[in-house]
Amino acid sequence: MIRVELPAHLRTLAGVKGEVELEVAGRVTQRSVLDALEARYPMLCGTIRDHVTHERRPFLRFFACQEDFSLEAPDAPLPEAVASGKEPFMIVGAIAGG
Amino acid sequence: MSGVRVLVGTRKGAFILTSDGKREKWDVSGPLFAGWEIYHMKGSPADPNRIFASQTSGWFGQILQRSSDGGKTWETPGGEKMPQPGEMPSGGSNKFVYDTSDATGKPLTTHQWYDGTQHPWAFKRVWHLEPSLTDPDTVYAGVEDAAIFRSKDGGKSWHELAGLRGHGTGPKWQPGAGGMCLHTIVLDPSNPNRIYVAISAAGAFRTDDGGNTWKPINQGLRSQYIPDPKAEVGHCVHRIALHRSRPDVLFMQKHWDVMRSDNAGDLWTEVSGNLPTDFGFVVDVHAHEPETIYVVPIKSDGEHFPPEGKLRVYRSRKGGNEWEPLTKGLPQSNCYVNVLRDAMAVDSLDKCGVYFGTTGGQVYASSDAGDNWAPIVRDLPAVLSVEVQTLS
Repeated sequence: MIRVELPAHLRTLAGVKGEVELEVAGRVTQRSVLDALEARYPMLCGTIRDHVTHERRPFLRFFACQEDFSLEAPDAPLPEAVASGKEPFMIVGAIAGG
Repeated sequence: MSGVRVLVGTRKGAFILTSDGKREKWDVSGPLFAGWEIYHMKGSPADPNRIFASQTSGWFGQILQRSSDGGKTWETPGGEKMPQPGEMPSGGSNKFVYDTSDATGKPLTTHQWYDGTQHPWAFKRVWHLEPSLTDPDTVYAGVEDAAIFRSKDGGKSWHELAGLRGHGTGPKWQPGAGGMCLHTIVLDPSNPNRIYVAISAAGAFRTDDGGNTWKPINQGLRSQYIPDPKAEVGHCVHRIALHRSRPDVLFMQKHWDVMRSDNAGDLWTEVSGNLPTDFGFVVDVHAHEPETIYVVPIKSDGEHFPPEGKLRVYRSRKGGNEWEPLTKGLPQSNCYVNVLRDAMAVDSLDKCGVYFGTTGGQVYASSDAGDNWAPIVRDLPAVLSVEVQTLS
């Protein structure tokens, strides 16, 4: 079970509280986690990555295990601690504005 | 019993204000979609319970919301359904993809950037939603970077009317201060094939075949901020309005200049007359008097607030040129708010109501065509848009 932590606005949009738990088939990567997230919560399509290019939206970052994975390749494996559910995959809004 | 529903979009959420036909006491509900920018909300003339809202964020992009019960509950059309195994997630209500197909679209060209270089088109947000006058499932969206999209399934999916962006002048379009946005869509109530749009900063355009082909309608406009002030495109049109009884007569608030056309935009003439300044964003028409129009003069493009710190609506009863200030109930000192392009609307009760919202968070209303004003709510986040539904 993969744990995903969403920003507050996306939790509201998806109608969830706290972390989201997802089953991910195969290798646990950014792409496979986001595919599973969007399949479970279709209203999140387009809010984290572009509908067509699947590029990460510029004001969002991906953190896990106290590391920044935002610039990692989408098919690179995420840490074992994420794959095992020990640590969450965190989708974080960049600090901007006031 | 008649009533009025005022739909207010703000920088940090949406609000719905309701009153009976007297328009004296107002109930305020909200914020809806708290924390998100609501660029525009508008109800369907064919089904007043159906309301569309453009919910946007610099972080999370575009969301399209729809209500089918007058704003009590909302959904993202199509996105609420969990896909079955093997199905792709639907979630297409916020999917605005420019049409580049050979059959219906055009190669995605570039437009002019602020520095004069060419820049690729990229979708950013929906500025304006215009529901069909007759079909509650059909709605148009004006977007940034400028293009018009149409949904025929209640907002579940969107398709670009690519003839506008691709008709040839696109490389000369350029962004205004707010971006290169298609912010105005006006449907001709007498001719379903005729649509007007306005783009900052490109100008006004018209289709006479339901959106397949478009042409610029900017003859008569003069803009000193472009190399050729009378150019075919490049004008920063802020807003266009018409009266449904005379759809060939258009009124325009341009960046500077209030303009009028009596031939569906083929030729414009200036009607700024005695306005204290002819810069501004809004223009609207009285519900029952086609020659009575309203603007809110703003000091300049560099100083987006009312001249002398006095918030004044100006009314012309002669279709322009001769204007009278309307001040009763509006602040006449130390007022430095702005009134943005989609933030004025009228109701169609016997005594026409006029409404506008400010960047200071007030929504002012007049239930006597502008003679007297009062705030019906104040201290909201900055108001981006105001629309009114007259309910029977």
